[in-house]
Amino acid sequence: MTQGPDYAAFPDPRGHFGAYGGRFVSETLMAALAELEETYAQLRDDPVFRADFDRDMAHYVGRPSPLYLAERWSKKLGGAQIFLKREDLNHTGSHKVNNTIGQALLAKHMGKPRVIAETGAGQHGVATATVAARLGLKCQIYMGAEDVERQKLNVFRMRLLGAEVIPVTSGSATLKDAMNEAMRDWVTNVDDTYYIIGTVAGPHPYPMLVRDFHCIIGREARAQHLEQTGRLPDALVACVGGGSNAIGLFHPFLNDDGVAMYGVEAGGDGLETGRHAAPLSAGRPGVLHGNRTYLMEDADGQIIHTHSVSAGLDYPGVGPEHAWLKDIGRVQYVAVTDKEVLAAFHELTRVEGIMPALETAHAVAYAAKLAPTLSPEQSIIINLSGRGDKDIHTVAAMEGQ
Amino acid sequence: MSRIAGCFAALAAQGRKALIPYVTAGDPSASVTVPLMHAMVEAGSDIIELGMPFSDPMADGPVIQLACERSLAAGTTLLGVLDMVRQFRQDNDTTPVVLMGYLNPVEAMGYEVFAERAAAAGVDGVLLVDLPPEEAGELAPLFDRHGLDRVFLLAPTTTEARMKTIAEAGTGYLYYVSLKGVTGSASLNAEEVAAKVETIRKHAKLPIGVGFGIKDAASAQAVSRVADGVVVGSALVQRIADHAQQPEAIPAQVAGLLAEMRAAMDHSE
Repeated sequence: MTQGPDYAAFPDPRGHFGAYGGRFVSETLMAALAELEETYAQLRDDPVFRADFDRDMAHYVGRPSPLYLAERWSKKLGGAQIFLKREDLNHTGSHKVNNTIGQALLAKHMGKPRVIAETGAGQHGVATATVAARLGLKCQIYMGAEDVERQKLNVFRMRLLGAEVIPVTSGSATLKDAMNEAMRDWVTNVDDTYYIIGTVAGPHPYPMLVRDFHCIIGREARAQHLEQTGRLPDALVACVGGGSNAIGLFHPFLNDDGVAMYGVEAGGDGLETGRHAAPLSAGRPGVLHGNRTYLMEDADGQIIHTHSVSAGLDYPGVGPEHAWLKDIGRVQYVAVTDKEVLAAFHELTRVEGIMPALETAHAVAYAAKLAPTLSPEQSIIINLSGRGDKDIHTVAAMEGQ
Repeated sequence: MSRIAGCFAALAAQGRKALIPYVTAGDPSASVTVPLMHAMVEAGSDIIELGMPFSDPMADGPVIQLACERSLAAGTTLLGVLDMVRQFRQDNDTTPVVLMGYLNPVEAMGYEVFAERAAAAGVDGVLLVDLPPEEAGELAPLFDRHGLDRVFLLAPTTTEARMKTIAEAGTGYLYYVSLKGVTGSASLNAEEVAAKVETIRKHAKLPIGVGFGIKDAASAQAVSRVADGVVVGSALVQRIADHAQQPEAIPAQVAGLLAEMRAAMDHSE
């Protein structure tokens, strides 16, 4: 039973989610996007393509990922039962690989010998380098120079996998600048290059196809929760930078009216300080990186620098479907501060023996506030989108160790 | 007739081609731009493309990225850019000015307000790099109402079917991007450009300007043989960058290169 729109009907044929999305790119890329759109339209329901994807998900990624009841932590919080959707257990350590497997299959089908990607925390870069290694594709990863510094472990992993990591020094030297540079590369090498965008943003059809590849998260979680409890969860919680892990969890539940959803943005030093990366909570609509969405911008439409402890959420935009889900009120978007994130990182590590990525710890921090407001008969699913090994140096540095 | 249409008609009558320089407004500071625009006209420019600086110029190479950074650091706003055009118009009522940039600053001002203010300032056309015709449905009628031409890009990857769509959506002139890449990247291949321009002409009545990869008098001359207009940007902006510490030298430096191009284009037979 649903009273909302038919969520499966979005985006419209031109890539719009209500007022958001679309295809705002320079002319040189229009043909490549049309080709990608056609290829995906042919393949998305093709039984052979789906079987290839499902097989890789099972035997290469290790899916289905478990849905784990965090019993000790739930008791400690004294409210809802908290389930963790363990995307951190996927091959490469995060949800990102669901998308890179899917897009690499598209690249292979389109005969592109070279792939490029942007990355923030390096999780998408690692997931891209991984599939490129497996398929023998040439791979170059654009990464902000500041992120190269704070995510050294992932930089080394990408290089071991045979990818070239190109530090980007323009602008704020973080994820948005890496995306600018990847776009510049693509416009130059569009004939032989496939651009594996790492989140549900960018020009149509990227927000749609990245979402579709990640929906396996929500489909599994829905079935697993039904099987373990006999009912649907009361709430879903996921962190939102571009928003790929969140949309992957949320989308298969959108028609389930009783399921509340919370997207957790990077509140940085606090929304009131302006030093954050929370466009849905504190930005306004605009156009960047090929789509219309909520942005962090000044009064003159210039994109402003963002701040977050987590490189993966340090981005001034967000996927257009999230912008639309916010406007229609289906998903609540909230923010937590760096300080709350750090506390949540330690809490989950010490209480459940699960060390979340700092991005993921945003969802953990919000769930810790939400759970006590619910009863023990109710339940929450957190998308545990990535593992925290990559962040131990950041955490140590923040705590003066 | 719009200033742009009038300009191309007059040039065609003389058998000449349009020289179209691009500079980023407010680079390196606001006081440079208006004298620079006049100097470019003096040097033989026919239309000026004035860049609206943007924090994330995705289609531009390092030269214009840095120009945007210099301009924004100097405090340039979209209102400031419009004011530069208004000042230019006090002494020049004939040379068309086309604003070139990215959509977001325009969207932040509001489409209607922007169209009104741009027309009032004396702007003749607008080229938004990240706004293909498919997404321009809301802006097009506003530009029409305020007499602003809509300049769209064509690229080496543009299919013939799309050429037709773009030709129908554009007014003023069409801008053919001569190569796959960002501004200021490689050198263009004149033969490939000639072949492509010929194909575009099958679908378009509008004049065709060609830009990207035009660096000197020789490349300007080569392009002027096949196109109606020659757009030059990064080569000029590099001269601005080289003299950012002596801004009084900038107009003459930029004008010098344009004069060489003008001479080569006018003696191309």
